[in-house]
Amino acid sequence: MEELHDVRLSVNGHTHEIRVPARRLLSDALRHDLRLTGTHVGCEHGVCGACTILVDGAPTRACLMFAVSAQGSEITTVEGLTRPDGSLGPVQQAFMECHGLQCGFCTPGFLTTITAGLRDNPTPTHDEARDMVAGNLCRCTGYQNIVKAVERAAEIAGEEAAS
Amino acid sequence: MKPAPFAYRRPGTIAEAVEALAGEPNAKVLAGGQSLVPLLSMRLAAPATLVDINGIPGLDTITVLPESENGGGVRVGALARHAAVLASDDVRRVQPLVPLALSHVAHATIRNRGTTVGSLVHADAAAEMPVVLSLLGGSVEVEGPAGRRTIPASELYVGPLESSLHHDEIAVSAFFPALAPGAGVAFEEIARRHGDYALVGAAALVDGAPGDGQSVKVGYLSVSDVPTVVDLSGVADDELGEAALAQLDPAEDIHASAAYRAQLVRVLTARVVRSARVFRQAQRPEEL
Repeated sequence: MEELHDVRLSVNGHTHEIRVPARRLLSDALRHDLRLTGTHVGCEHGVCGACTILVDGAPTRACLMFAVSAQGSEITTVEGLTRPDGSLGPVQQAFMECHGLQCGFCTPGFLTTITAGLRDNPTPTHDEARDMVAGNLCRCTGYQNIVKAVERAAEIAGEEAAS
Repeated sequence: MKPAPFAYRRPGTIAEAVEALAGEPNAKVLAGGQSLVPLLSMRLAAPATLVDINGIPGLDTITVLPESENGGGVRVGALARHAAVLASDDVRRVQPLVPLALSHVAHATIRNRGTTVGSLVHADAAAEMPVVLSLLGGSVEVEGPAGRRTIPASELYVGPLESSLHHDEIAVSAFFPALAPGAGVAFEEIARRHGDYALVGAAALVDGAPGDGQSVKVGYLSVSDVPTVVDLSGVADDELGEAALAQLDPAEDIHASAAYRAQLVRVLTARVVRSARVFRQAQRPEEL
Protein backbone atom coordinates (compact mmCIF):
# COMPACT_ATOMS: atom_id res chain seq x y z
CA MET A 1 0.00 0.00 0.00
CA GLU A 2 1.43 3.34 -1.04
CA GLU A 3 2.08 5.74 1.82
CA LEU A 4 -0.32 8.69 1.98
CA HIS A 5 0.46 12.16 3.23
CA ASP A 6 -1.84 14.68 4.82
CA VAL A 7 -1.32 17.86 2.88
CA ARG A 8 -2.74 21.26 3.67
CA LEU A 9 -2.93 23.47 0.59
CA SER A 10 -3.78 27.14 0.60
CA VAL A 11 -5.40 27.96 -2.74
CA ASN A 12 -6.99 31.28 -3.69
CA GLY A 13 -7.29 32.19 -0.03
CA HIS A 14 -8.97 28.93 1.02
CA THR A 15 -7.34 26.12 2.96
CA HIS A 16 -7.86 22.57 1.76
CA GLU A 17 -6.81 19.33 3.43
CA ILE A 18 -6.14 16.35 1.22
CA ARG A 19 -4.62 12.93 1.67
CA VAL A 20 -2.42 12.01 -1.27
CA PRO A 21 0.59 9.90 -2.20
CA ALA A 22 3.89 11.80 -2.45
CA ARG A 23 3.93 11.38 -6.19
CA ARG A 24 0.69 13.37 -6.67
CA LEU A 25 1.64 16.26 -8.94
CA LEU A 26 0.37 19.62 -7.74
CA SER A 27 -1.49 20.01 -11.06
CA ASP A 28 -3.34 16.74 -10.38
CA ALA A 29 -4.01 17.66 -6.76
CA LEU A 30 -5.64 20.90 -7.89
CA ARG A 31 -7.72 19.24 -10.61
CA HIS A 32 -8.58 15.85 -9.13
CA ASP A 33 -8.49 16.35 -5.38
CA LEU A 34 -9.68 19.96 -5.16
CA ARG A 35 -11.77 19.89 -8.36
CA LEU A 36 -10.25 23.17 -9.45
CA THR A 37 -10.19 22.22 -13.11
CA GLY A 38 -9.28 25.68 -14.38
CA THR A 39 -5.63 24.71 -14.25
CA HIS A 40 -5.03 22.77 -17.47
CA VAL A 41 -2.51 20.01 -18.04
CA GLY A 42 -0.93 19.94 -21.48
CA CYS A 43 2.52 18.42 -21.86
CA GLU A 44 2.99 17.43 -18.23
CA HIS A 45 6.72 18.02 -18.36
CA GLY A 46 7.07 21.75 -18.00
CA VAL A 47 7.25 22.80 -21.64
CA CYS A 48 3.78 24.08 -22.59
CA GLY A 49 2.90 26.34 -19.66
CA ALA A 50 -0.83 25.49 -19.58
CA CYS A 51 -0.62 24.44 -15.90
CA THR A 52 1.14 27.61 -14.75
CA ILE A 53 -0.08 28.79 -11.35
CA LEU A 54 1.26 31.34 -8.89
CA VAL A 55 3.18 29.95 -5.92
CA ASP A 56 3.71 32.73 -3.40
CA GLY A 57 3.07 35.08 -6.30
CA ALA A 58 5.64 33.59 -8.67
CA PRO A 59 4.52 31.83 -11.87
CA THR A 60 5.33 28.15 -11.44
CA ARG A 61 4.58 24.98 -13.41
CA ALA A 62 2.07 23.00 -11.33
CA CYS A 63 3.11 19.82 -13.19
CA LEU A 64 6.70 20.22 -11.95
CA MET A 65 5.83 20.33 -8.27
CA PHE A 66 4.47 17.70 -5.95
CA ALA A 67 1.48 18.57 -3.79
CA VAL A 68 3.44 17.56 -0.68
CA SER A 69 6.09 20.17 -1.54
CA ALA A 70 3.49 22.93 -1.80
CA GLN A 71 2.56 22.94 1.90
CA GLY A 72 2.99 26.34 3.45
CA SER A 73 2.86 28.15 0.11
CA GLU A 74 0.10 30.47 -1.02
CA ILE A 75 -1.24 29.23 -4.35
CA THR A 76 -3.23 31.21 -6.89
CA THR A 77 -4.93 29.45 -9.79
CA VAL A 78 -6.89 30.93 -12.67
CA GLU A 79 -10.01 30.62 -10.50
CA GLY A 80 -8.42 33.17 -8.18
CA LEU A 81 -8.02 35.83 -10.87
CA THR A 82 -11.63 36.99 -11.01
CA ARG A 83 -12.66 39.96 -8.94
CA PRO A 84 -14.39 39.40 -5.59
CA ASP A 85 -17.79 40.06 -7.25
CA GLY A 86 -17.10 37.32 -9.80
CA SER A 87 -16.49 39.61 -12.77
CA LEU A 88 -13.41 39.24 -14.96
CA GLY A 89 -10.04 40.50 -13.78
CA PRO A 90 -8.08 42.90 -16.01
CA VAL A 91 -6.08 40.20 -17.81
CA GLN A 92 -9.18 38.09 -18.40
CA GLN A 93 -11.08 41.15 -19.65
CA ALA A 94 -8.22 41.99 -22.04
CA PHE A 95 -8.14 38.43 -23.42
CA MET A 96 -11.85 38.69 -24.18
CA GLU A 97 -11.57 42.12 -25.80
CA CYS A 98 -8.51 41.22 -27.90
CA HIS A 99 -9.65 37.74 -28.89
CA GLY A 100 -6.60 36.35 -27.11
CA LEU A 101 -7.90 32.80 -27.18
CA GLN A 102 -9.55 30.37 -29.54
CA CYS A 103 -9.82 26.89 -28.05
CA GLY A 104 -8.85 28.24 -24.63
CA PHE A 105 -6.78 25.29 -23.50
CA CYS A 106 -3.60 27.28 -22.92
CA THR A 107 -5.42 30.33 -21.54
CA PRO A 108 -5.25 29.62 -17.77
CA GLY A 109 -1.45 29.46 -17.95
CA PHE A 110 -1.26 32.69 -19.91
CA LEU A 111 -3.61 34.48 -17.49
CA THR A 112 -1.62 33.56 -14.39
CA THR A 113 1.73 34.30 -16.05
CA ILE A 114 0.59 37.71 -17.31
CA THR A 115 -1.05 38.62 -14.00
CA ALA A 116 2.29 38.18 -12.24
CA GLY A 117 4.18 39.76 -15.14
CA LEU A 118 2.13 42.95 -15.03
CA ARG A 119 2.41 43.11 -11.26
CA ASP A 120 6.21 43.15 -11.64
CA ASN A 121 6.20 45.37 -14.75
CA PRO A 122 2.92 47.34 -15.03
CA THR A 123 3.93 49.16 -18.26
CA PRO A 124 5.71 46.64 -20.50
CA THR A 125 7.11 47.60 -23.88
CA HIS A 126 5.99 45.54 -26.87
CA ASP A 127 9.16 43.42 -26.60
CA GLU A 128 8.66 42.96 -22.86
CA ALA A 129 5.05 41.93 -23.47
CA ARG A 130 6.29 39.29 -25.94
CA ASP A 131 8.95 38.12 -23.53
CA MET A 132 6.39 37.86 -20.74
CA VAL A 133 4.54 35.09 -22.61
CA ALA A 134 7.60 33.43 -24.18
CA GLY A 135 7.33 30.41 -21.88
CA ASN A 136 3.74 29.54 -22.81
CA LEU A 137 2.61 27.69 -25.90
CA CYS A 138 -0.58 28.46 -27.84
CA ARG A 139 -1.40 26.46 -30.95
CA CYS A 140 -4.40 28.52 -32.09
CA THR A 141 -3.85 32.24 -31.99
CA GLY A 142 -0.41 32.81 -33.44
CA TYR A 143 0.30 34.88 -30.31
CA GLN A 144 -0.42 38.28 -31.90
CA ASN A 145 -3.68 38.75 -30.04
CA ILE A 146 -2.18 37.41 -26.82
CA VAL A 147 0.55 40.05 -26.95
CA LYS A 148 -2.14 42.65 -27.69
CA ALA A 149 -4.03 41.36 -24.65
CA VAL A 150 -0.95 41.84 -22.45
CA GLU A 151 -0.75 45.45 -23.57
CA ARG A 152 -4.51 45.96 -23.19
CA ALA A 153 -4.47 44.41 -19.71
CA ALA A 154 -1.73 46.85 -18.71
CA GLU A 155 -3.99 49.67 -19.98
CA ILE A 156 -7.01 48.43 -18.05
CA ALA A 157 -5.02 47.98 -14.85
CA GLY A 158 -3.43 51.41 -15.33
CA GLU A 159 -6.83 53.09 -15.84
CA GLU A 160 -8.18 51.38 -12.73
CA ALA A 161 -5.18 52.43 -10.66
CA ALA A 162 -5.63 56.02 -11.85
CA SER A 163 -9.36 56.20 -11.16
CA MET B 1 2.90 10.44 -17.41
CA LYS B 2 2.83 9.90 -13.66
CA PRO B 3 5.88 9.22 -11.49
CA ALA B 4 6.33 5.76 -10.02
CA PRO B 5 5.67 5.56 -6.28
CA PHE B 6 8.46 6.79 -4.00
CA ALA B 7 8.93 7.41 -0.31
CA TYR B 8 9.04 11.09 0.59
CA ARG B 9 11.28 12.64 3.22
CA ARG B 10 11.31 16.30 4.13
CA PRO B 11 14.22 16.82 6.52
CA GLY B 12 14.65 20.04 8.49
CA THR B 13 18.45 20.05 8.51
CA ILE B 14 21.23 19.06 6.13
CA ALA B 15 22.42 16.43 8.60
CA GLU B 16 18.97 14.80 8.55
CA ALA B 17 18.96 14.95 4.76
CA VAL B 18 22.36 13.23 4.59
CA GLU B 19 21.11 10.58 6.99
CA ALA B 20 18.03 9.98 4.83
CA LEU B 21 20.24 9.59 1.76
CA ALA B 22 22.74 7.34 3.53
CA GLY B 23 20.05 4.84 4.46
CA GLU B 24 18.74 4.47 0.91
CA PRO B 25 21.17 3.96 -2.00
CA ASN B 26 18.42 4.63 -4.54
CA ALA B 27 17.40 8.06 -3.23
CA LYS B 28 17.45 11.41 -5.00
CA VAL B 29 17.55 14.96 -3.68
CA LEU B 30 14.61 17.16 -4.69
CA ALA B 31 15.47 20.86 -4.84
CA GLY B 32 13.70 22.85 -7.59
CA GLY B 33 12.70 19.70 -9.42
CA GLN B 34 12.51 21.40 -12.82
CA SER B 35 14.73 18.71 -14.37
CA LEU B 36 14.03 15.89 -11.94
CA VAL B 37 10.21 15.92 -11.99
CA PRO B 38 9.98 15.51 -15.80
CA LEU B 39 12.41 12.59 -15.55
CA LEU B 40 10.17 11.05 -12.88
CA SER B 41 6.97 11.72 -14.83
CA MET B 42 8.43 10.13 -17.95
CA ARG B 43 9.73 7.33 -15.73
CA LEU B 44 13.24 7.78 -16.99
CA ALA B 45 14.10 7.81 -13.30
CA ALA B 46 12.34 5.95 -10.49
CA PRO B 47 14.15 6.55 -7.21
CA ALA B 48 12.88 4.69 -4.14
CA THR B 49 13.03 7.84 -2.02
CA LEU B 50 12.94 11.56 -2.65
CA VAL B 51 14.66 13.75 -0.07
CA ASP B 52 13.00 17.15 -0.39
CA ILE B 53 15.44 19.80 0.87
CA ASN B 54 12.98 22.69 0.42
CA GLY B 55 12.17 22.67 4.13
CA ILE B 56 15.77 23.23 5.23
CA PRO B 57 16.21 26.83 6.37
CA GLY B 58 19.19 28.96 5.37
CA LEU B 59 19.97 27.32 2.04
CA ASP B 60 18.64 30.09 -0.19
CA THR B 61 21.46 32.53 0.51
CA ILE B 62 23.55 34.45 -2.02
CA THR B 63 26.75 35.73 -0.41
CA VAL B 64 29.58 37.89 -1.72
CA LEU B 65 32.97 36.59 -0.59
CA PRO B 66 35.78 39.11 -0.08
CA GLU B 67 39.07 38.83 -1.95
CA SER B 68 40.65 37.21 1.10
CA GLU B 69 38.47 34.11 0.52
CA ASN B 70 39.50 32.18 -2.60
CA GLY B 71 40.21 35.47 -4.36
CA GLY B 72 36.64 36.64 -3.95
CA GLY B 73 33.42 35.65 -5.65
CA VAL B 74 29.85 34.70 -4.89
CA ARG B 75 28.56 31.71 -2.98
CA VAL B 76 25.10 30.53 -3.97
CA GLY B 77 23.14 28.29 -1.60
CA ALA B 78 21.42 25.08 -2.67
CA LEU B 79 17.93 26.59 -2.53
CA ALA B 80 18.71 29.88 -4.28
CA ARG B 81 16.36 29.89 -7.27
CA HIS B 82 17.74 30.83 -10.68
CA ALA B 83 15.44 33.87 -10.64
CA ALA B 84 16.93 35.15 -7.37
CA VAL B 85 20.50 34.66 -8.60
CA LEU B 86 19.65 36.35 -11.89
CA ALA B 87 18.08 39.32 -10.07
CA SER B 88 20.96 39.73 -7.62
CA ASP B 89 22.89 42.99 -8.07
CA ASP B 90 25.74 41.49 -6.05
CA VAL B 91 26.11 38.58 -8.43
CA ARG B 92 25.94 40.87 -11.47
CA ARG B 93 28.66 43.11 -10.03
CA VAL B 94 31.00 40.36 -8.84
CA GLN B 95 30.64 37.85 -11.70
CA PRO B 96 28.58 39.17 -14.62
CA LEU B 97 28.93 35.91 -16.58
CA VAL B 98 26.48 34.27 -14.17
CA PRO B 99 23.48 36.48 -15.08
CA LEU B 100 24.54 36.57 -18.75
CA ALA B 101 24.19 32.78 -18.85
CA LEU B 102 21.22 32.53 -16.48
CA SER B 103 19.03 34.61 -18.77
CA HIS B 104 19.30 31.69 -21.22
CA VAL B 105 18.25 29.05 -18.67
CA ALA B 106 14.78 27.90 -19.74
CA HIS B 107 11.99 30.44 -19.21
CA ALA B 108 11.26 32.81 -16.34
CA THR B 109 8.63 30.46 -14.92
CA ILE B 110 11.10 27.58 -14.71
CA ARG B 111 13.73 29.90 -13.21
CA ASN B 112 11.29 30.82 -10.44
CA ARG B 113 11.49 27.28 -9.09
CA GLY B 114 14.68 25.75 -10.47
CA THR B 115 17.86 26.16 -8.44
CA THR B 116 21.30 27.08 -9.73
CA VAL B 117 23.07 24.53 -7.55
CA GLY B 118 20.60 21.85 -8.59
CA SER B 119 21.34 22.60 -12.21
CA LEU B 120 25.08 22.35 -11.52
CA VAL B 121 24.92 18.89 -9.96
CA HIS B 122 22.28 17.62 -12.40
CA ALA B 123 25.33 17.72 -14.69
CA ASP B 124 23.49 18.13 -17.97
CA ALA B 125 26.02 18.93 -20.70
CA ALA B 126 23.26 20.86 -22.49
CA ALA B 127 22.78 23.19 -19.52
CA GLU B 128 24.31 26.63 -19.18
CA MET B 129 25.47 26.80 -15.57
CA PRO B 130 27.82 23.77 -15.52
CA VAL B 131 29.76 25.39 -18.37
CA VAL B 132 29.91 28.69 -16.50
CA LEU B 133 31.22 26.98 -13.35
CA SER B 134 33.79 25.03 -15.38
CA LEU B 135 34.99 28.06 -17.34
CA LEU B 136 35.38 30.20 -14.22
CA GLY B 137 37.08 27.43 -12.24
CA GLY B 138 34.39 27.46 -9.56
CA SER B 139 33.47 24.69 -7.17
CA VAL B 140 30.62 22.98 -5.36
CA GLU B 141 30.59 22.33 -1.63
CA VAL B 142 28.96 19.05 -0.66
CA GLU B 143 28.05 17.49 2.66
CA GLY B 144 28.01 13.76 3.36
CA PRO B 145 28.34 11.40 6.32
CA ALA B 146 32.08 12.20 6.52
CA GLY B 147 31.46 15.94 6.61
CA ARG B 148 31.95 18.63 4.00
CA ARG B 149 34.26 18.68 1.02
CA THR B 150 34.79 20.99 -1.91
CA ILE B 151 34.68 19.60 -5.44
CA PRO B 152 36.36 21.81 -8.05
CA ALA B 153 34.39 22.10 -11.30
CA SER B 154 37.23 20.33 -13.11
CA GLU B 155 36.49 17.20 -11.06
CA LEU B 156 32.72 17.55 -10.90
CA TYR B 157 31.59 16.35 -14.31
CA VAL B 158 32.19 12.68 -15.02
CA GLY B 159 29.78 11.81 -17.86
CA PRO B 160 26.33 12.53 -19.27
CA LEU B 161 24.11 13.57 -16.32
CA GLU B 162 26.78 12.18 -14.00
CA SER B 163 28.61 14.15 -11.34
CA SER B 164 31.27 13.02 -8.91
CA LEU B 165 28.99 13.47 -5.89
CA HIS B 166 28.51 10.28 -3.88
CA HIS B 167 24.93 9.05 -3.49
CA ASP B 168 24.84 10.15 0.15
CA GLU B 169 26.19 13.64 -0.48
CA ILE B 170 24.19 16.83 -0.91
CA ALA B 171 25.40 19.90 -2.75
CA VAL B 172 25.15 22.67 -0.18
CA SER B 173 26.41 25.61 -2.21
CA ALA B 174 28.36 26.64 -5.28
CA PHE B 175 31.21 29.12 -5.54
CA PHE B 176 31.61 31.33 -8.62
CA PRO B 177 34.96 33.19 -8.61
CA ALA B 178 34.82 36.96 -9.10
CA LEU B 179 35.63 38.49 -12.44
CA ALA B 180 39.24 39.74 -12.34
CA PRO B 181 39.67 43.48 -12.95
CA GLY B 182 41.41 42.90 -16.29
CA ALA B 183 39.02 40.26 -17.55
CA GLY B 184 35.95 40.13 -19.79
CA VAL B 185 33.17 37.60 -20.31
CA ALA B 186 30.45 36.80 -22.84
CA PHE B 187 27.77 34.19 -23.37
CA GLU B 188 25.81 33.19 -26.46
CA GLU B 189 23.80 30.23 -27.57
CA ILE B 190 21.79 29.09 -30.55
CA ALA B 191 18.47 27.40 -29.80
CA ARG B 192 15.56 26.56 -32.08
CA ARG B 193 13.25 28.52 -29.82
CA HIS B 194 14.04 30.97 -27.05
CA GLY B 195 14.22 29.02 -23.77
CA ASP B 196 14.85 25.64 -25.41
CA TYR B 197 18.00 23.67 -24.79
CA ALA B 198 20.73 25.14 -26.96
CA LEU B 199 21.99 23.32 -30.04
CA VAL B 200 25.34 24.83 -29.08
CA GLY B 201 26.22 27.44 -26.50
CA ALA B 202 29.52 29.12 -25.69
CA ALA B 203 30.88 31.19 -22.84
CA ALA B 204 34.14 33.14 -23.11
CA LEU B 205 36.57 34.44 -20.53
CA VAL B 206 39.42 36.70 -21.65
CA ASP B 207 42.00 38.02 -19.22
CA GLY B 208 44.80 40.50 -19.77
CA ALA B 209 45.62 43.16 -22.33
CA PRO B 210 44.90 42.36 -25.99
CA GLY B 211 47.77 40.61 -27.75
CA ASP B 212 49.57 37.30 -27.63
CA GLY B 213 49.73 37.30 -23.84
CA GLN B 214 45.97 37.48 -23.39
CA SER B 215 44.39 34.43 -21.83
CA VAL B 216 41.37 33.27 -23.88
CA LYS B 217 39.18 30.40 -22.71
CA VAL B 218 35.86 29.24 -24.12
CA GLY B 219 33.42 26.76 -22.56
CA TYR B 220 30.87 24.85 -24.63
CA LEU B 221 27.49 23.32 -23.88
CA SER B 222 25.60 20.78 -26.00
CA VAL B 223 28.78 19.88 -27.87
CA SER B 224 30.22 17.00 -25.81
CA ASP B 225 28.99 14.63 -23.10
CA VAL B 226 30.31 16.94 -20.39
CA PRO B 227 30.81 20.71 -20.19
CA THR B 228 34.04 21.35 -22.08
CA VAL B 229 36.49 24.24 -21.75
CA VAL B 230 39.21 24.86 -24.33
CA ASP B 231 42.17 27.23 -24.06
CA LEU B 232 42.46 29.44 -27.11
CA SER B 233 45.17 31.77 -25.82
CA GLY B 234 47.50 32.97 -28.56
CA VAL B 235 45.23 31.79 -31.41
CA ALA B 236 44.75 34.25 -34.28
CA ASP B 237 41.24 35.72 -34.55
CA ASP B 238 40.36 34.02 -37.82
CA GLU B 239 41.52 30.61 -36.55
CA LEU B 240 39.58 30.55 -33.27
CA GLY B 241 36.79 28.27 -34.50
CA GLU B 242 39.10 25.70 -36.08
CA ALA B 243 41.38 25.74 -33.04
CA ALA B 244 38.38 25.05 -30.81
CA LEU B 245 37.17 22.22 -33.07
CA ALA B 246 40.61 20.61 -32.89
CA GLN B 247 39.84 19.98 -29.21
CA LEU B 248 36.14 19.13 -29.57
CA ASP B 249 34.18 16.31 -31.15
CA PRO B 250 30.65 17.64 -31.78
CA ALA B 251 28.02 14.94 -31.45
CA GLU B 252 25.05 14.29 -33.74
CA ASP B 253 21.49 13.93 -32.45
CA ILE B 254 17.94 14.49 -33.69
CA HIS B 255 18.30 18.24 -33.22
CA ALA B 256 21.47 18.87 -35.20
CA SER B 257 24.04 17.05 -37.30
CA ALA B 258 27.65 16.97 -36.17
CA ALA B 259 28.60 19.16 -39.13
CA TYR B 260 26.01 21.78 -38.18
CA ARG B 261 27.19 21.75 -34.57
CA ALA B 262 30.77 22.23 -35.79
CA GLN B 263 29.64 25.23 -37.80
CA LEU B 264 27.89 26.67 -34.73
CA VAL B 265 31.10 26.17 -32.76
CA ARG B 266 33.03 28.15 -35.40
CA VAL B 267 30.52 30.99 -35.43
CA LEU B 268 29.88 31.19 -31.69
CA THR B 269 33.56 30.91 -30.75
CA ALA B 270 34.47 33.95 -32.82
CA ARG B 271 31.42 35.79 -31.53
CA VAL B 272 31.89 35.20 -27.80
CA VAL B 273 35.62 35.91 -27.86
CA ARG B 274 34.94 39.19 -29.65
CA SER B 275 32.13 40.06 -27.21
CA ALA B 276 34.26 39.22 -24.17
CA ARG B 277 36.99 41.54 -25.48
CA VAL B 278 34.43 44.30 -26.01
CA PHE B 279 33.12 43.69 -22.49
CA ARG B 280 36.64 43.96 -21.10
CA GLN B 281 37.39 47.09 -23.11
CA ALA B 282 34.19 48.80 -21.98
CA GLN B 283 35.45 48.58 -18.42
CA ARG B 284 38.90 49.88 -19.29
CA PRO B 285 38.35 52.97 -21.43
CA GLU B 286 41.87 54.18 -20.62
CA GLU B 287 43.32 51.52 -22.95
CA LEU B 288 41.54 52.94 -26.00
